[in-house]
Amino acid sequence: MIPKSGIRFSEEIMRQQSPMTDQALAAPRDYLQAQIRWQWGEIVFWLATLLPFVLTPSYLVLASQIAITALFALSLDLILGFCGIVSLGHAAYFGVGAYTAGLLSKWGFGEPLSGLVLAALAAGIFGYLSSFIIARFRHLALIMLTLGLALLLQEIANSASWLTGGSDGLQGIHTWPIFGRFRFDLYGYTAYTYSLALLFVVFLVARRLIHSPFGLALRGIRENTTRMPAIGAAIRGHIRTIYTIAAAIAGIAGALLAQTTETVSLEVLGFQRSADVLVMLILGGTGRLYGGLIGAAVYMIARDQFSGLNPQFWYFWIGLILIAVVMLLPGGILGGLSRLASRAKDKP
Amino acid sequence: MPPVFGVLFDGLAYGMLLFLLSVGLSVTLGMMNFVNLAHCSFAMLGGYVTVTLMNALGWPFLATLPVAFVAAAAASMVLERVFFRRFYRASDLEQCLLTIGVVFVSIAAAAYIYGTDQQPLQLPAYLRGSFVFAGLNFAAYRLFLIAVALCITIALIAGIEATRFGAQVRAAVNNQRMARGLGINVDVLFAITFALGSGLAGLGGALAVAMVGLDPSFAFTYLIYVLIVVSVGGLGSIAGSFAAAMVLGLSDIAGKYYVPAIGSVLIYLVMIVLLMWRPLGLFGRR
Amino acid sequence: MQKLHCGLAGLAAALAIAGGPALAQDTIKIGIINPYSGQFADTGIQLDNGIKLYVKQHGDTVAGKKLEFIRKDVGGVAPDLAKRLAQELIVRDHADIYAGFALTPNALAVADISAEAKKFMVVMNAATSIITTKSPYIARTSTTTPQLNQTIGTWAAKHGVKTAYTMVSDYGPGIDAEAAFHTGFKEAGGEIVGSVRFPVANPDFSAFVQRAKDANPDAIYIWIPGGAQPAAVGKALAERGIDPTKIKVLGQDALAFESARKSMGEIALGIITVSNYDSNIDTPLNHEFVKAYNEEFHRNPDIYSIGGYDGTRLIYEALQKTNGNADGEALIAAAKGMSWQSPRGPITIDPETRDIIQTVHIFQVEKVGDQLLNVEIDRVENVKDPVKERMKH
Repeated sequence: MIPKSGIRFSEEIMRQQSPMTDQALAAPRDYLQAQIRWQWGEIVFWLATLLPFVLTPSYLVLASQIAITALFALSLDLILGFCGIVSLGHAAYFGVGAYTAGLLSKWGFGEPLSGLVLAALAAGIFGYLSSFIIARFRHLALIMLTLGLALLLQEIANSASWLTGGSDGLQGIHTWPIFGRFRFDLYGYTAYTYSLALLFVVFLVARRLIHSPFGLALRGIRENTTRMPAIGAAIRGHIRTIYTIAAAIAGIAGALLAQTTETVSLEVLGFQRSADVLVMLILGGTGRLYGGLIGAAVYMIARDQFSGLNPQFWYFWIGLILIAVVMLLPGGILGGLSRLASRAKDKP
Repeated sequence: MPPVFGVLFDGLAYGMLLFLLSVGLSVTLGMMNFVNLAHCSFAMLGGYVTVTLMNALGWPFLATLPVAFVAAAAASMVLERVFFRRFYRASDLEQCLLTIGVVFVSIAAAAYIYGTDQQPLQLPAYLRGSFVFAGLNFAAYRLFLIAVALCITIALIAGIEATRFGAQVRAAVNNQRMARGLGINVDVLFAITFALGSGLAGLGGALAVAMVGLDPSFAFTYLIYVLIVVSVGGLGSIAGSFAAAMVLGLSDIAGKYYVPAIGSVLIYLVMIVLLMWRPLGLFGRR
Repeated sequence: MQKLHCGLAGLAAALAIAGGPALAQDTIKIGIINPYSGQFADTGIQLDNGIKLYVKQHGDTVAGKKLEFIRKDVGGVAPDLAKRLAQELIVRDHADIYAGFALTPNALAVADISAEAKKFMVVMNAATSIITTKSPYIARTSTTTPQLNQTIGTWAAKHGVKTAYTMVSDYGPGIDAEAAFHTGFKEAGGEIVGSVRFPVANPDFSAFVQRAKDANPDAIYIWIPGGAQPAAVGKALAERGIDPTKIKVLGQDALAFESARKSMGEIALGIITVSNYDSNIDTPLNHEFVKAYNEEFHRNPDIYSIGGYDGTRLIYEALQKTNGNADGEALIAAAKGMSWQSPRGPITIDPETRDIIQTVHIFQVEKVGDQLLNVEIDRVENVKDPVKERMKH
């Protein structure tokens, strides 16, 4: 039984914009309820995330960083895949979250869960403020504005080295054990459990959000900005809302990285990080919620393996993989796979 | 003359270099909407061609410049024909991914063949040193760069405004569907324009070596500056790229001279302000 | 829940250890964490070449144990990745020793693991003073930024430079260098007439050079990292009319690196740099080293190569002294106080700070035959890291 509260909440948002009768709401509600049902592929995916504990326990630290990056990619998918906002500067919010959690710990308050909440809040505020600029632009101007804002933030962080530790990074971060009992160990058990649990919880929230009238409105904005006001949807308001939420989630991912690795340096805000997560998301397939997760896993595992085999030229092979994916799997890995699946279904 | 003019002169030269590197991308992006993030890989190719011809084969510097242009143009033609043209219908994001893959491959190839250290370049004697005029020093090489860039700008504008080819390019940038409808072979047009644009990037790369150095990371480092120029100038506009490159080059240098404390962020602030004022670019239209 | 958690951890740990190679006791594994790709690739590769040359010359067996080198690419500044690689080197590869470390943030991150897991760690390049204080098992064989830059500050003031204008790159090492130069210069009686910091990725220096010229100092001190910038600065100096033979141009090694000298040409003449090493140091030991390096890698060694070379020597000699015992406590105890003659001059690992004590050389770019080379014009011997020295008092 699906709790109606999530759908009701977003219905309220829609109702505030334009009055609709209960009868008119019935068909969309059924559609959304059908979408929100768990498919067996999803259950298999989440069970598979538990495999590293048993199959590859020496890879748990990598797994935890994949989970963190997957969360970051998920937050980008919310604005890119579902709302059409291409951002080359999403790492700004990741970095704000990371520095918030890092600074809290450095100043003596290393409790991880409350650190996450405060980091999400800080990143959300930054996201909200920048959303006023972001929501007004499209196309290339939007992309370059997101890039410019992030680069600006990174330079400011470099100058404010009294606060951020500058290019040497923040020193003296020490994360307290979770719930007072689970220490962060060398093998990465706690780190992976923590990151994975958070990824799952936030994913559930994002999933509920997407399969709601609000989510449909976002997709409408992505497809056709001109039409949306005609049916009474408030574009800028919605964009600001989703951008703030995405920023907050990116902040959580950043805070997770700061807490599990006990390091924060300027490159958490950097162009490289924004570009990498964009590549991972496109690789996995945008607008499918799981695209970011799959893309992050594939990219980071490929990079880890290639760089082990060929520390100097691993990126050559990654380049080839990117080219191959675009050639063979249009729409990213998930897009390509779903196309193959539907073609297989069509064959008699 | 107050010393700031010497500094502004240097900024002008730097702006011209950015123009050469960016103009090709602006036109191809405006015409075909093909997001070619590998644009600076062609610039890098031009740079390596010049360095190889000079250091390994002893060619004089000036002779290597046309070869850099042709090599980059030819490489881009091959890549476009064999590869890129299949992706014109693909989404922007996929074109991004594809061309980023090409950049990775190109950087790896450069690192493998040439190594990761800086490529040394010794300019001929007549391009080294500086002239003194009105009490200020003006570097010979920067004068040369400005002269070359101005000649190319004039040639480009003349070409675009006064030739049939230029008219076809303008038509295709303005309204591709209409242009096709009128019987203009847009695909051939694009292939030629793409080659020209990449060739110019190659020339820019060759000229850049003596000013800002060359190593395999060139393809990524200058991509950001090029994107800034292209977005601020407006897609599909030569005049736009020129104006944007000038504004950015001069304001960057002037900022660093007068207020070095914000020197690093001035170029981003200028870009943000200009984009917010003119989201389509200074001379862009859609 | 906690019991299950511990149980799982214990089971997996047992599996991991049991799954390790049976020859674990006779092989000592050294994990090299180094940037092999990205913008610091050249630094990483020169460092690695230094390691490779030493291993080639001395074989890969020490005190009856075989040495295995595991190379991990850190790609640039990435402390989270560096830390993960360090953890994986223990958990997956059962490494005993950490080596490499071209960049400070990465070294600081791995220092935590070195301290927790009690692993001997040799820093072969990263030059920030505090690194050796982050784990009691770290020894350094490169240099520290203050060691070099405070020395040239003092030297300049003692050699006729009364006023100086400083320009540094606006990030960690640049800021450290600025502070060190100012300290050395002012303590010896000099006056700083102005200072400016350039953005890290700065391609064009003319504005900054003009500001320096406006202040009309006796000397201009420049700190920039290697790569494209040294040549660009050199050219900007010439273009703005600053002649290094009239106004002294001072800097650290990168300013007069081989690639920079080649690109600058004659305008490099007269540039004075401070360094712990140059391939032109005139001792038989160095000439042998340079010759061997040239044969192997077809290029000249630089400061990164010597850090890698001497760092590897430290590992070998420490293992020799502990008779093959790769335990962190044993190795660091053996390393403390070790002293030998390196191609750069005599070096010692300070028993108190575990940092390097070495000769600091002052070079000037001069024309030798038809080449531009760094010729040593002065030196200061037995220099310790001044920042840690100050911390003691």
